[in-house]
Amino acid sequence: MAASLLNKDRPPVFCPGCSHDRITGALDQAFQKLGLAGSQVAIVSDIGCSGLFDTFFHTHALHGLHGRALTYAAGIKLARPGLQVVVTMGDGGQGIGGAHLLAACRRNLNLTMLVLNNFNFGMTGGQFSVTTPSEARVGSGFLNQLEKPLDICQVARSAGAAYVKRCSSYQSGLADDIAEAIAFEGFSLVDIWGICPGRYSRQNPLTPKIIAESMAAMPPADGVVEENRRPEYGSVYRKTAKGQKTVHPPHVEQQFQPPGTGRHEILLLGNAGQRIITAGEILCLAGMTAGLQATQKNEYNITVLRGPSVCEVILSSDRISFTGLGQPDVVIVLSREGVDRRKSLFAELHPQSLVLKATDTQIPDCSGAVHLLDFKKMGVKPADRALASLAVLAKAGKIIDIEMLKAALWLRFTDKVQDSVLGLVERVGSNN
Amino acid sequence: MAPRFLEGNEAVAMGALTAGCRFFAGYPITPATTIFNAMLRLLPATGGVCIQGEDEIASMGYCLGASMAGWKSMTATSGPGISLYSEQISFAVGSEIPIVIVDVQRLGPSTGSATRGADGDIQFLRWGNSGGLPVIVLAPVDAADCYLLTIHAFNLAETYRCPVFLASNKEIAMTRESVDLDALHVPDIIDRKPPLDSASFQPFQVSEKRRTPYFLPIGGSVPVRQTSSTHGADGYITTDAKQISENQWRLKKKLEAAVEKFTFFDEQAAESDTLVISYGVTARAAADATDLCRRAGRSVGLLVLKTLWPVPAQMIRNKAERYRRVVVVEMNLGQYVQEIQRVLADRQVEFYGQMDGQLITPIRIKEVIDGR
Repeated sequence: MAASLLNKDRPPVFCPGCSHDRITGALDQAFQKLGLAGSQVAIVSDIGCSGLFDTFFHTHALHGLHGRALTYAAGIKLARPGLQVVVTMGDGGQGIGGAHLLAACRRNLNLTMLVLNNFNFGMTGGQFSVTTPSEARVGSGFLNQLEKPLDICQVARSAGAAYVKRCSSYQSGLADDIAEAIAFEGFSLVDIWGICPGRYSRQNPLTPKIIAESMAAMPPADGVVEENRRPEYGSVYRKTAKGQKTVHPPHVEQQFQPPGTGRHEILLLGNAGQRIITAGEILCLAGMTAGLQATQKNEYNITVLRGPSVCEVILSSDRISFTGLGQPDVVIVLSREGVDRRKSLFAELHPQSLVLKATDTQIPDCSGAVHLLDFKKMGVKPADRALASLAVLAKAGKIIDIEMLKAALWLRFTDKVQDSVLGLVERVGSNN
Repeated sequence: MAPRFLEGNEAVAMGALTAGCRFFAGYPITPATTIFNAMLRLLPATGGVCIQGEDEIASMGYCLGASMAGWKSMTATSGPGISLYSEQISFAVGSEIPIVIVDVQRLGPSTGSATRGADGDIQFLRWGNSGGLPVIVLAPVDAADCYLLTIHAFNLAETYRCPVFLASNKEIAMTRESVDLDALHVPDIIDRKPPLDSASFQPFQVSEKRRTPYFLPIGGSVPVRQTSSTHGADGYITTDAKQISENQWRLKKKLEAAVEKFTFFDEQAAESDTLVISYGVTARAAADATDLCRRAGRSVGLLVLKTLWPVPAQMIRNKAERYRRVVVVEMNLGQYVQEIQRVLADRQVEFYGQMDGQLITPIRIKEVIDGR
């Protein structure tokens, strides 16, 4: 047995007869049984009477917000896998922090959660909590009569907890039960029923005997839940992480001289599935291979393969400050949905603006120079329209050229896809 | 080295890695999600941890736990998530927990528009903690800033043991641009300081010379206490009014008195009567607007603020000294302009703001400068 971890300078200060006193002693005994030193343990608590626990022990301690203790505990445990992390929370914390309880059960990180369940909010005047029986008389008037209490053990079990134990503060061997839960490799929850003499038992008859009888009537929760047994989260995380590779976006070396200088704005209007965003990226990479600055902004719906897809690209030999488009130098028009997003733009285009327009897509009256793209005749599939348009743009040779475009495809794609896109650009670039 | 093609959010993640970040937790939300995506690509492979929280409150909680265990931690969200972070932010402020919080702002209020930019959280970030104590807020202009200011944010969080916000914007975060990170001047990386003598360690002990407490991690060889309650130097609850008051003033002064050490800004001075002050993505339009003005024969000055909170009042006063008129432009209906009016009470301060999900254009800013 190791030495007691109780903080001799700060003895427990619970109301006379409070069951939390017994749990404090049992927890200390459990630490002793496991031979733990104060530096090997972190007690994480939240708000309410259970939140006093961290002060009674000479261990690492974090006292945080109501219901959130499990979240701090998880952060500590992930960073310090060797530390024994014990969470104390009341039944109040189970309600406000319900999402964290479910997450902890599902995750199976090696934490121990002690629920100090005394059926009410003691510290604020005995309001009802998620475990208050419907027939109890509490500080919330009739409200608890309208709601069904929660069985934390059943919730934890169905959420995937691998160790769930229901205990009474008064049962013999409580320290052994707590020690077993702490020693369990994975998330363990101990639901410890007790009496709050300050608020609850003054109006509601509750004795150790009644607690024992009530517990006996509940579904069993006696430790390991076989169907939920699985490897501990942290160990699996670390093992899996070792196999991961850090991938940074590639550097783009300048290989060419740009065909022109100044700022060029290119707008692609299409729909989802036409690889508009990818084409925008390729256009930027192509510009960067000639040392141009590049920006890309995208606009699309949350739907995949349906809805408009709009991409705004700026290529410039100077620093790009403002990233919005004024009057684009090039508008690539590939579908009506994209056009609908920028209807008002067409009438304002400069006469020298180039509009590369699919023959099957209508646009409003337009002052730019329209060049028709008959994709059917070119033998280009809908998904390749955007890339084929870039090949046409590159052939014109004013903003990017074919060599820059090919270099971008080399950067962006590999293997079969690379062969296919290079083939497409070759074909469109030589025929159109 | 050659440039990469990055969005602001990727640059934030790479900056975090350079700064020594080992822990990230976040909950998916546009336009911040790609920071989570990038951290998941970067962190686990390098021995760190990246997890997806069950909600925003949890994400902050995981980060605060990991930070107290000694790991540099970061989280990222947008305005709706900052609302949920609020109580945890107060915890980090009052209990001096280092953390970097990225707010990729989107058009609010509330759910607002997930894919539209705004700078609508600028006062919210400052005042979104109970108690109203100061925080540090840095505002990037572009992807390069996202990288650099994230590194500075970690350094400041470590130096002053506090939450540091990066006030990004969808228009920076999800816009990709060519940027050569290797050409940037990266500051030295700073780590939180352990005490010289850990045997007599008190978690919130300070001295005349040092307003920020030394740090020992939860899980180290010396038991460490942390608490969200009003505490004394020993980390236990206190009711001593003198001790409480001294601590509150210390938390205020440790940042406000130090702001000159981390006042980041860009400046284009001009022989002119007008100074434009802006920040964030709007500063890019303001730079183009001042170019337009110069080409039209009228030079105007430009001051781009990158440290927004605490307000770098002395720097703003110095820079504005020679100008008669100040034009503040921001992507909201008038937030930081209130600080400028307060700091430059003797100047004519004009304001232009816009809150419609669209970038403010250089032409519009020029019109404002021209008094139209």
